[in-house]
Amino acid sequence: MNNALIDYILHLADTNLILAQRNAAWCGHGPILEQDIAITNISLDLLGQSRNFYQYAATLIGNDATEDSLAYLRTEREFKNCLLAEQPNGDWAQTVLRQFFFSAYLFLLYEKLQNNKDEQIAGIAAKALKEVTYHQRWSSEWVVRLGDGTEESHQRMLHAIDELWRYTGELFIAADYETAAGFDIALLKEDWMKKVTTVFEEAALPVPENVFMQTGGKTGIHTEHLGFILTELQNLQRTYPNAEW
Amino acid sequence: MSIQDLEKIFQDKIDNEIKIEPKDWMPEAYRKTNIRQISQHAHSEVVGMLPEGNWISRAPSLKRKAILIAKVQDEGGHGLYLYSSAETLGSTRDEMIADLHSGKAKYSSIFNYPSLTWADMGAIGWLVDGAAILNQVMLCRTSYGPYARAMVRICKEESFHQRQGFESLLVLSRGTEEQKAMCQDAINRWWWPSLMMFGPKDSESTNSDQSMKWKIKRKTNDELRQQFIDMIAEQIKVLGMTLPDADLKWNEEKKHYDFGEINWDEFWNVVKGNGPCNKQRLAARNKAHNEGAWVREAAVAYAEKKKHKQQKAA
Repeated sequence: MNNALIDYILHLADTNLILAQRNAAWCGHGPILEQDIAITNISLDLLGQSRNFYQYAATLIGNDATEDSLAYLRTEREFKNCLLAEQPNGDWAQTVLRQFFFSAYLFLLYEKLQNNKDEQIAGIAAKALKEVTYHQRWSSEWVVRLGDGTEESHQRMLHAIDELWRYTGELFIAADYETAAGFDIALLKEDWMKKVTTVFEEAALPVPENVFMQTGGKTGIHTEHLGFILTELQNLQRTYPNAEW
Repeated sequence: MSIQDLEKIFQDKIDNEIKIEPKDWMPEAYRKTNIRQISQHAHSEVVGMLPEGNWISRAPSLKRKAILIAKVQDEGGHGLYLYSSAETLGSTRDEMIADLHSGKAKYSSIFNYPSLTWADMGAIGWLVDGAAILNQVMLCRTSYGPYARAMVRICKEESFHQRQGFESLLVLSRGTEEQKAMCQDAINRWWWPSLMMFGPKDSESTNSDQSMKWKIKRKTNDELRQQFIDMIAEQIKVLGMTLPDADLKWNEEKKHYDFGEINWDEFWNVVKGNGPCNKQRLAARNKAHNEGAWVREAAVAYAEKKKHKQQKAA
């Protein structure tokens, strides 16, 4: 069994699942109905991507592992999602900025992974890339709209950057298992910064400099938020072990 | 042309099954009744997102989570088409939403009941969407064109939701003892409120006669309710569960199920705002709207700026 490959796939699955879980909390509570539907739709896409990765990981692990055993029965320390994914929704500015950071990252990542020598990963990435292309457009438009909208929306974007920027460094620092990606993840950073800089310029927002970056998510050292997310997400599977749903 | 002539042309169209379209002349009361009904329907879709949205974070499997998210998102989409249909009659979405938030406009009372366990997701799909569909299938033939066309699309998605709800309960009904109990409990709690969804008895219903004449409605509340009971009383056998009505019994002579008395005091109480969740549902809608105000303002301000820039560049 290739442990690095399994860990890498679980890392991709976990990141997508946790972000999907966060975004889904907007469902029924969005600022306007069209955008309520849009963020819910993005959540659904991310959930679909996470399922593809979990299902693939389950076949590699064997021993009755399923997408649900991997999502519902692993603990806080076993989850390998990036810290950024688990950060609270905050206001709409924080949610769209978190989504933009991720979409710009996943776009670059899937572009690479669609040519991965592992055909399963390549296939999942190619399919996801279409969805992420839309997510990137949608979220960058919102960053610009809020950054260059009203004084209040601009201030809220500044606050969102202040909250989230320190979790973006981790995206580009490879964990041991990320050798399975087949390329150096750090190499994506330059293009990601270019994208962020272009969008921030249009949004009249400053790109922060010299910010200390928090890390740990990829190796299971999370912020305190993750425990609560998993408690809610896993509740029924934990309460009724071995039940079919 | 005199009002009498216009009214005659209007009623002739209806009698001849010709749809009324936005620019056609129509009696003011017809316009108002449609605005009231379509906007209530839109509000019901949007408020209806809350009891189900409540379980998205806790759905017991990734597949169930995906199905539930997609379903609640569909409800939001239905809200959108319906608001658009109502707008063709001259009301704006802002006005309609303001009426909802102030408590002036109603929405289906069923959403003022709490969703307490996972089985409620199945029961809502099967019973609540099931009851809604009977009404909506009828509305696919309603006399106002934009409403009828919106309903055709909505019905396709709703019947899918109903099957998903039933399938979800079927899995519970064949599961552990705890799951079976959860399934029966959800059916017990949602059954009577579902019957109330069809509205007061025909003998008590104030809007029915005129709506039938204008073919806004084509079946009465009691006819639809009976149709629903006949359908569910058969389907529940597949689940191996029971409906919480000791008087429910097949009547060979009428070829329909007889059923027990609905608690109309409860119905009116919930309509008047005293249901278990009336306060929470309206509070959640108001909160989302108020907290989204700065987002909507920013979007408008940005669109204006962009327009100015383009005008300058041109």
